[in-house]
Amino acid sequence: MAESGTQDLLDLDELRAENGLTGRRHLLSLLVENRPGVLARIAGLFSRRGFNIDTLAVGPTEDPDISRVTLTVDGAVHPIDQVTKQLHKLVNVIKIRDMEPDKTVAREMALFRINAAADNRAEIIEFTQIFRAHIVDVSRRSITVEVTGTTEKIDSFERMVRPHGLIEMARTGEVAIVRARPES
Amino acid sequence: MRAADALCEALNAEGVKHVFGIPGGASLPLYDALYDASFEHVQVRHEQAAGHAAEGYAKASGKVGVAFATSGPGATNLVTAIADAHMDSVPTVFITGQVRTDLIGTDGFQEADVTGITMPIVKHSFLVTDPAQIPDYIHKAFHIAKSGRPGPVLVDIPQDLSRMEIDYEPITGAPKLPGYQPNTEGNIKQIRIAAKALANSRRPVLYAGGGVINADASEELRELAASDRFPVTCTLMGLGAFPAPDEQWLGMLGMHGTRTANYSMDEADLIVAIGARFDDRITGKLSEFAPRAKFVHIDIDPAEISKNVPAHIPIVGDVKKVLPKLTGEYRALAADSSRLDEWWRRIEGWREQYPLHYEDTTDQEIKPQRMVEEMYRATGGDAIITSDVGQHQMWAAQYYHFAKPRRWLNSGGLGTMGFGLPAAIGAKVAMPDEQVVCLAGDGSLIMVCQEFATAAANDLDVKVFLMNNGHFGMVRQWQELFWDERYKSVEMGPSPDWVKLAEAFGWTGILCDSKDELAGAMKSALETEGPVLLDVRVTPNENCYPMIPAGAAARDMVG
Ligand SMILES: Cc1ncc(C[n+]2csc(CCOP(=O)(O)OP(=O)(O)O)c2C)c(N)n1
Ligand SMILES: [Mg+2]
Repeated sequence: MAESGTQDLLDLDELRAENGLTGRRHLLSLLVENRPGVLARIAGLFSRRGFNIDTLAVGPTEDPDISRVTLTVDGAVHPIDQVTKQLHKLVNVIKIRDMEPDKTVAREMALFRINAAADNRAEIIEFTQIFRAHIVDVSRRSITVEVTGTTEKIDSFERMVRPHGLIEMARTGEVAIVRARPES
Repeated sequence: MRAADALCEALNAEGVKHVFGIPGGASLPLYDALYDASFEHVQVRHEQAAGHAAEGYAKASGKVGVAFATSGPGATNLVTAIADAHMDSVPTVFITGQVRTDLIGTDGFQEADVTGITMPIVKHSFLVTDPAQIPDYIHKAFHIAKSGRPGPVLVDIPQDLSRMEIDYEPITGAPKLPGYQPNTEGNIKQIRIAAKALANSRRPVLYAGGGVINADASEELRELAASDRFPVTCTLMGLGAFPAPDEQWLGMLGMHGTRTANYSMDEADLIVAIGARFDDRITGKLSEFAPRAKFVHIDIDPAEISKNVPAHIPIVGDVKKVLPKLTGEYRALAADSSRLDEWWRRIEGWREQYPLHYEDTTDQEIKPQRMVEEMYRATGGDAIITSDVGQHQMWAAQYYHFAKPRRWLNSGGLGTMGFGLPAAIGAKVAMPDEQVVCLAGDGSLIMVCQEFATAAANDLDVKVFLMNNGHFGMVRQWQELFWDERYKSVEMGPSPDWVKLAEAFGWTGILCDSKDELAGAMKSALETEGPVLLDVRVTPNENCYPMIPAGAAARDMVG
């Protein structure tokens, strides 16, 4: 970086401005004050500014005064920079982290209730094993499976079981944490 | 101490001298405490006016304006003023009574979820759930309202809580707000790049907004402009940040700005936006806005940067701190001033070819532009002018050449009719020694004319110069120009008799309908003691020009 008062030129034509679209999905991890109304402020901000939240997960952290809000936003549609700057303006939002995919451990949990008549029951049990999922409830007609993993893993489990008759699905939305650096 | 009294103590500790409001059931404890308070409560006649008065107070003085209202309808009446303060970044604190805690959520009498209703239009809000929070919340509310990018903060206090006893201890030191730390310094590396960009620019424009006034940085803006004959334009909200009668002054920019200012933006190679937010009334058609320019954007609110127009050199910081650094860095580069000669020749050409103009009448009919020019003369160009919203507002912006900051108080972002009179009341309360004149529109003034009573009851020497064109003039203009002259609901008709109305409230009323008498009528209105309404009958169907039609580009200015 040039020092004060130096004469080297700067060509205006070389200046670039970014439009803010990154083209990928962003996972934002927010630390917020744990008090009433904070989630309403966040949700209200998104709707007022026309931003879409793809998934949203809220829960406590190690500090009882602070909650974590994890949300995913499509950076191809919304300038992520503008989203985070607007979020920062909320007085109750303490910290925002735009999680870098390769430095993040992210997980989602989902429950699937699947049609399980006698003829496809075995196959569903097999899928469950392949995906290292768990059967958490069984009836004569259906099986309920709990899957934990990346969003992609849950998406593909869904694709596998859908043809068998997916009766109901519930997903939590991703939660994430920064990956610890390998000890050197 | 009773929590309501602690509230007053906290307000006192924040240096509050005046508040505006109307009492009610849920705020009875608060008003009981106000009975003994060391500051003054100005009783208005409608809560919206309390809000606008608080805004006028804040805009004129730079201090935080405060308004009180009761729960339910009292609080909802404040909503327009809160939205207005949000759009124009006015440091204000709104204190509302709320129903008792055991009634909250039950649709109790006069219950309205005012924190919920106002969530999108406040900088922050607090709903008191424990009476001991009150002093702390007030302290935080003031800090948030006036620091960073200023704005409205709401504190909602349930009736039962304000009656409880608490241990009150004066709070000292900065409030604890872990999620709120505005960055004020500005990144020096970015500032250096901006200085270099300026040094290499041949067609620069400084584009200043209301942020310069909020930051009290007019002096610093002038210094930067003076460092190299940089042309300066201001937004509607920025008028007065740079002295209007000046060699380097291009006039206001935007929809009703000067051709010189808009054409300069259009051809600029570098635009330095200072405390301005690229509103659509400035940019017109975004895709054709300043197509040749690179942008330096200086603002205390990072979210404004690249919101509407992507910035090439973003600088987050308080313009009062950033501008001197930029000026210093720029001076150190010792750039060759003569590179701007050609640009100035171009600008001078526009100035000569396209001055603001209107055709005056040859008879006694008063043109509205003439009225503003006369007003400028009559007040020596030095009054605090408030306005409503419409043509008269734009003509004031064009023809009253504001030389100093905090002299032009108007509703820019929200465009709230009825702002002028209550804002004038607030300004007069804040600055009793200044001449305060509201340039009112006839359509706007009638929305708030109950406030004549407030001025009379409080001996407030405000003057209202009513630009009476018998119309919602600005809407009439749009119907004429863009809706095939299908005039619908834009005539005001002959009523009311404004002079009689003013007199009914204890004001002096003066009518003026001839050009020769205008100067004299203004003089006597200004010299008459106490509040005066001057009803000036102007041309009923004059259009405000020049104009960038909505959604068009600066190049397509008409009129
Ligand atoms: C509260 C509110 N309602 C409606 C409008 C829409 N509007 C904008 S200008 C205008 C007419 C203003 O009339 P007047 O105050 O007489 O000013 P003029 O344009 O005639 O100078 C209207 C109705 C507004 N800005 N604010
Ligand atoms: Mg009118």
